[in-house]
Amino acid sequence: MPVGIFAFLAVLAVITGLGVILQRNPVHCVLALALVLTDLGVIFMGLGAVTVGFLQIIVYVGAIMVLFLFVIWLLNIQVDPGAGGHLGLKLLGAVAAAAMAGEFAEVIEHTPKISQIATVPADFGSVAELARYLFTDYLVAFEVTSVLLLAAVVGAIALARRVSPSLVLVAPVAARGATSPPEPDVPVARRESA
Amino acid sequence: MTIELLIGAIKAIVIVLLVLGLTTLMLWFERKGAALIQDRIGANRADILGIGKRFGLPNFGIINTVLADPIKMFTKEDFVPDGADRFLHGLAPFLALFPVLVTFAVAPMGDILRVGSHTIDLQPANLNVAALYVLATIGIGVYGIALGGWASNNRWALLGGIRASAQMISYEIAMSLAIVAVVVCYGTLDLQAMCRSQGGVWFGFLPKWGILLQPVSFLILLVAGMAESKRVPFDLPEGESELVAGYFTEYSGGKQAVFMMTDFAEVLLVSVLIVTFFFGGWQVPWLARDGFHFPGGAHLGLPNLVVALLQFIAFWVKVVLFCLFQILIRWTLPRFRYDQLMRLGWKGLVPLGLINLVVTAFVVVVAGGK
Repeated sequence: MPVGIFAFLAVLAVITGLGVILQRNPVHCVLALALVLTDLGVIFMGLGAVTVGFLQIIVYVGAIMVLFLFVIWLLNIQVDPGAGGHLGLKLLGAVAAAAMAGEFAEVIEHTPKISQIATVPADFGSVAELARYLFTDYLVAFEVTSVLLLAAVVGAIALARRVSPSLVLVAPVAARGATSPPEPDVPVARRESA
Repeated sequence: MTIELLIGAIKAIVIVLLVLGLTTLMLWFERKGAALIQDRIGANRADILGIGKRFGLPNFGIINTVLADPIKMFTKEDFVPDGADRFLHGLAPFLALFPVLVTFAVAPMGDILRVGSHTIDLQPANLNVAALYVLATIGIGVYGIALGGWASNNRWALLGGIRASAQMISYEIAMSLAIVAVVVCYGTLDLQAMCRSQGGVWFGFLPKWGILLQPVSFLILLVAGMAESKRVPFDLPEGESELVAGYFTEYSGGKQAVFMMTDFAEVLLVSVLIVTFFFGGWQVPWLARDGFHFPGGAHLGLPNLVVALLQFIAFWVKVVLFCLFQILIRWTLPRFRYDQLMRLGWKGLVPLGLINLVVTAFVVVVAGGK
């Protein structure tokens, strides 16, 4: 990837990243985050990891960020009136940020230069190559992750499907059609006392 | 280098003009098709200086649809409701249309065209991960709809936007499963390579089209694609009695026209995908690069230019046929209820897609011996 394009994308990523934390409206923040993730996907593609780049956009931008939007709308999160809170909390945040920045500086300091890294193989980033790694070297990690995600899905459904004790699901009326008007095809929730 | 850029630019312009032109034409198909199905006459009013009448031509309403209505739409007042997010309200229609339009960049319109010493691949952008590209752009398409609903500062619009995006995300999963099964079957993500491998014949006469390999994927992609374009029977985001017009309730004039165009472009996109995956793309039965090879051994040699032209025409004819098919379905079926829609998506298409994928993978491994 030409340095100019990389610089453009990198600056864009930082600007949109700032947009995520500096904007007051949560929907705008989510949009900025979607832009950051798209931008990272494009950087992945430019660096040769085309498959990872597209998967990044499909999974994060196409699905997860939309779910974020849903959460914001359904929980009716309003515009943030501004950072209140204790001075001590802000101080703690500043210290944590400084520590993080120091760590990043340390990591960048010890990163080998691009010229020192071995050249990438010809089929680097292709679907076949990615799949080969996933299903050979990293098979256990891959499968464990999928089981973890499955557990998370089951857990989320178990939490969300809590039926309140006063509501009991009853089957549709058995004698349908002949005398009574047509029943809807879904189980109807009825109060027990009724 | 310059000539390559020029060829790329020409391909890009051709595909954009074709898509925009066909989208407009689709609107006409829709109006006249609806009229035909409902035993009406349909659009037949507008005329320019009475020319059609003077020559005794029947008025087919093309001027109504292609000229008069767009001019009316784009000269209407562009109303933004009070308290709306002005920036996102203006951005949303284009955020909806743009991902659909850029997806056509990987539409394979033909095999190869030789001009002088140049060999032109008749696919606007030759991506070797085109199937992933299609899924990515379709995924981004949700934003325009969702934000259009939210930015309008209207409860109905927001509910319509939420309904639309929930529907699109749900059916995207089924759609992805169908596409993955196709990818497993052909062993490539490149749409052009998929079209090429659909050349040739089985048993000496049957074209090797994907519909015969992946009939289940075809059904899933057709249903999910129609749900993706949010038209009857899947038009739950709209509903006069409950949601007014759904996510574009607060849109008028040009922006509303852009939303409408997005729907038609999506219908076109679904047709392009179906034709590419299952109906040979640009393949004409028995037409190879050097001419026709009819079953029975007859051979008709054709120059490259004619072959490329035939393939180009064949591709768009197939696409238009599938657009007409979708319009026919739209005016034939009643709409679903929302729970039926979700049940069909999650309990019908997704498990079917998973089973289809597993069976496909099993057969490919056993048959390929990999």
